[in-house]
Amino acid sequence: MAERAEVVFVDGVRTPFGRAGEKGMYWKTRADDLVVKAIIGLMERNPGVPPERIDDVAIAATTQTGDQGLTLGRTAALLAGLPKSVPGFAIDRMCAGAMTAVTTMGSSIGFGAYDLAIAGGVEHMGRHPMGFGADPNPRFLSEKLVSEDALNMGATAERIHDRFPTYTKERSDRFALRSQQKVAAAYSAGKIQPDLIPVATRSESGWGLATRDEAPRPETTMEGLATLRTPFRSHGRVTAGNASGLNDGASACLLASAATAKELGLGVKMIMTSFAFAGVEPEVMGLGPVPSTEKALRKAGLSITDIGLFELNEAFAVQVISFLDHFGIDDEDPRVNEYGGAIALGHPLASSGVRLMNQLAHQFESHPEVRYGLTAMCIGLGQGGSVIWENPHFNKKAAKR
Amino acid sequence: MTDYSSLDFSPLVEISGDEVVTHCFVRDVPLAAGRTLALVTLDNGRDHTRPNTLGPVTLLEFAATLDELTARAGRGEIHGVAVTGKPFILAAGADLTKVAEIPSLETGKLLSQLGHHALGKLDTLGVPSFVFINGLALGGGLEIGLNANYRTIDAAVPAIALPEVFLGLIPGWGGAYLLPNLIGIENALKVIIENPLKNNRTLSGADALELGIADVMFTSARFLEDSITWADGVIAGTEKVSRPNAPGKVERLVKWDVAVGVARKMLVNRIGEVAKSPYVALNLLQAAKSGTRAEGFQREDEALAGLISGDQLQASIYAFNLVQKRAKRPAGAPDKKLARPITKVGVIGAGLMASQFALLFVRRLRVPVVITDLDQARVDKGVAYIHDEIAALQTKNRISPDEANRLRALVTGTTDKSLFSDADWVIEAVFEELGVKQSVFAEIEKFVSPEAILATNTSSLSVEQIGSKLKHPERLVGFHFFNPVAVMPLIEVVNTPQTDDVTLATAMVIAGKLRKNAVITRDTPGFVVNRVLAKLLGEAMHAVDTGTPFEVVEAAVAPFGLPMTPFELLELVGLTVGAHVLDTHHAAFPDRFFESDNLHKLAEHGKILERDGKGRRTGFDKGALKIVAGGTTPMTAEQILQRVEDGLVDEIKRMLDDDVVHAAEDIDLCMILGAGWPFQMGGITPYLDRVGASERVFGGTFHTPPIRGIGAAVPAASAQN
Repeated sequence: MAERAEVVFVDGVRTPFGRAGEKGMYWKTRADDLVVKAIIGLMERNPGVPPERIDDVAIAATTQTGDQGLTLGRTAALLAGLPKSVPGFAIDRMCAGAMTAVTTMGSSIGFGAYDLAIAGGVEHMGRHPMGFGADPNPRFLSEKLVSEDALNMGATAERIHDRFPTYTKERSDRFALRSQQKVAAAYSAGKIQPDLIPVATRSESGWGLATRDEAPRPETTMEGLATLRTPFRSHGRVTAGNASGLNDGASACLLASAATAKELGLGVKMIMTSFAFAGVEPEVMGLGPVPSTEKALRKAGLSITDIGLFELNEAFAVQVISFLDHFGIDDEDPRVNEYGGAIALGHPLASSGVRLMNQLAHQFESHPEVRYGLTAMCIGLGQGGSVIWENPHFNKKAAKR
Repeated sequence: MTDYSSLDFSPLVEISGDEVVTHCFVRDVPLAAGRTLALVTLDNGRDHTRPNTLGPVTLLEFAATLDELTARAGRGEIHGVAVTGKPFILAAGADLTKVAEIPSLETGKLLSQLGHHALGKLDTLGVPSFVFINGLALGGGLEIGLNANYRTIDAAVPAIALPEVFLGLIPGWGGAYLLPNLIGIENALKVIIENPLKNNRTLSGADALELGIADVMFTSARFLEDSITWADGVIAGTEKVSRPNAPGKVERLVKWDVAVGVARKMLVNRIGEVAKSPYVALNLLQAAKSGTRAEGFQREDEALAGLISGDQLQASIYAFNLVQKRAKRPAGAPDKKLARPITKVGVIGAGLMASQFALLFVRRLRVPVVITDLDQARVDKGVAYIHDEIAALQTKNRISPDEANRLRALVTGTTDKSLFSDADWVIEAVFEELGVKQSVFAEIEKFVSPEAILATNTSSLSVEQIGSKLKHPERLVGFHFFNPVAVMPLIEVVNTPQTDDVTLATAMVIAGKLRKNAVITRDTPGFVVNRVLAKLLGEAMHAVDTGTPFEVVEAAVAPFGLPMTPFELLELVGLTVGAHVLDTHHAAFPDRFFESDNLHKLAEHGKILERDGKGRRTGFDKGALKIVAGGTTPMTAEQILQRVEDGLVDEIKRMLDDDVVHAAEDIDLCMILGAGWPFQMGGITPYLDRVGASERVFGGTFHTPPIRGIGAAVPAASAQN
């Protein structure tokens, strides 16, 4: 019988996120190369990890085709130079791909089957636009299983505005502005850079090096946001400014059993407490994190007030607002997305989960007064995913102060 | 010293015509502590099948780019400069397509000077310079790296080399001076002289690191990122670079001249003294022991100008293009689509040659190969030989155990010819006698399908006559290998009047799959290689038969610079075979080819040369000398040389008039690939043109204009040296 284990987050990295499309910095970079570079960077940062001890490599992508197909976890492991004895597989849960890779590998470790695993994700939305080549079953519409809006993420965000009239466009824009400002501040303070693996980028005008995210617009103003088009609905509320963009990027993290981390002398950045996924109506998919968080809290025996830091994926400002509103948290609560979020940084779908974890892990270090943190995100087709983490740096004295 | 910046390079630009320009793209890369690296990408805008090359326009753009970066470095805007290439390729070297058009010695010299002018700037930027060798780097491409202060290399580079000597050139953009001063004289001799002469051997990334050409190696997955990080460390002073192979005082005082002396001896032994460029390179390497970089560069300018204006370089480039281009698009080959798929091969004969065929076919085609012979014992011996060779390949890690099992299982032997019934390609390697070959094919035709292709490895018989007893002679083709089968890259594919296009196309495709170069010839005695060699060897033996000493004959043909003397060649192919070849040609063309009774006697005796225990020749065998004594009308070396040259012109002219092959280029290609005749001769016809033999014999030249350097103003007779 396998021995149950405590699951720890040892380290996580990501590539800088690029803007999708021909003008984006990764237009001539392969999707698999992005995640391979992330894995190599992760292994180089953790020289104490014997590569042959990695029990599995789970890599997520939403559109698993072309340079983003072919059982990514296995191919990426081979391309990253991990021993051939290390297995791998691919995962898809749309936006929560990397998060699901983490929970799946975490579960395998927790069950005692694995000691060490790599989990991550990649999405090259320039090469593989969301839903590209998909062939949805006609029954979805003919039997009204989902509304027409369900497959258009922007439209689902407009539906949240419909459902909660108090969530105004101005409120979404203000949240978006804060995200841009927080990212700019985090960059200035050097909070983002440490977990970035630089990527050589090729273009018509020669090789360059991506060392920063391409998407942030620190010059954003409320006035500027007010003038943006609402592409999903005329006179709507969702704009390119208060939503995450289309992006390219990859992430990877190292998970271990607490015993293995101790044996190998690996640092522990976070301890996995619980996780949950939950479904909602697909046409308001942005509400997903609410039930998934409630479920995860219940499993952990915690309440929302026990959570000291929140890393919420900002697919759309309005769906983060809906989450905060549900749990009675202010839009500008400093515990939420301290370094900003996907509205500024970008959201290469299946890679974002590990970005949330990297940022939470970083905040844990500087917040010994916090015991628990949450990473959560909404998922296309009406789902939410939540992982609750415990801070290994937690200090009771600090908490009392 | 030459002030390169004061030179006018416009004469080079004028002949640069349609140069595919490799552009320099500069992007700034942020380093630690706010520093900046200017990253230069060399990219000609084409895919990897058209490598970056360095022509005059490219070099001038490179120079201008570096001037601008020098200015930026002066203003403190950048703290380092790195150069890298497009995916898979740094640069494949100088663009040599226009070398034949260089109008004067001065312009030739400018080509070297422009390289020094442009690449030399990597040493005077005012900030450290790096070259990230990300892919193929040959000749001038590698010299970009040598001119920089530091080099990183991708572990997956396909090839790096300084192949200049192979082409009749020298590394003249700094390589001959910089390399020995970077990696030591012995290593530099290996890279600049030994490797080019070993069939143009190239280096891997790991080799380059070990030799000290590169300071550090990174895996390809993150090569550029790691190189930038490393360069950052070097600029910051946190990364220390050590170069254990760089020559010290002792090496310069003691080792240098000795090593050059050893290399010189090796050269004289291996290739003689006709080819110039290896010796020019050797002298430059010797001189690189002392003096400044600028002095070294100036020596290279002079040396390169001399070679560019000479005949050997032009002949070498001609030869190189034959091997690289013409060999890949054989003249007269039918559409490949006509070729039949080959799913099983039959080999008639189980002797050494037949077994070597079977091994080659099974390794390259990976289809069942069945061999047969007169009795089971011979068959078993053949199969055992093949299995042993497969085992040897496995021992040397050339093939995996799985591959070895696969190959062994594919090879079978039988005396039951009915097992040939499903073979679609049957090749014979039985005794070289018309009647034997005729009956062998007539018998096998009873078993194989009417479409099965039949191939004969005859070297001297008429393929058409061999097929005269076949019901379907249209499926017979000559398929003439050279010994040793696994090594020699040529196959003469003999097209008889009956051979149909499907058969010919299949033979060409099969030759390609065997990784050989095929040349289509008509069904005439000796085809190409043996006929030309028979002319040379016949004249050599004739001179001996008339009383000329062996050494005079050898000295007479020394100006060719052939890989071996006529008598060494005779011993290599076997004196009996040699005598047979002369007999066959004499029988076919009695008024032009000599037969030699003495050669038959020598064959019976067994040798011509006297050798020591290690097989090195020490002189001529006394018994052999006795056998050939008695000639009464010896010739002088001059007489012999002219007879051979004129005889070759006459024979080759006849072959071309008779359309044995379509062009002189094909004769040269055959001699280079089938007999190892040197690039500096251009095979044979450029040599015959430049020494005036073609003019003497038929009042013209094989090539118009003749393939000559601009120094050709000197009289033809003295242009050989």
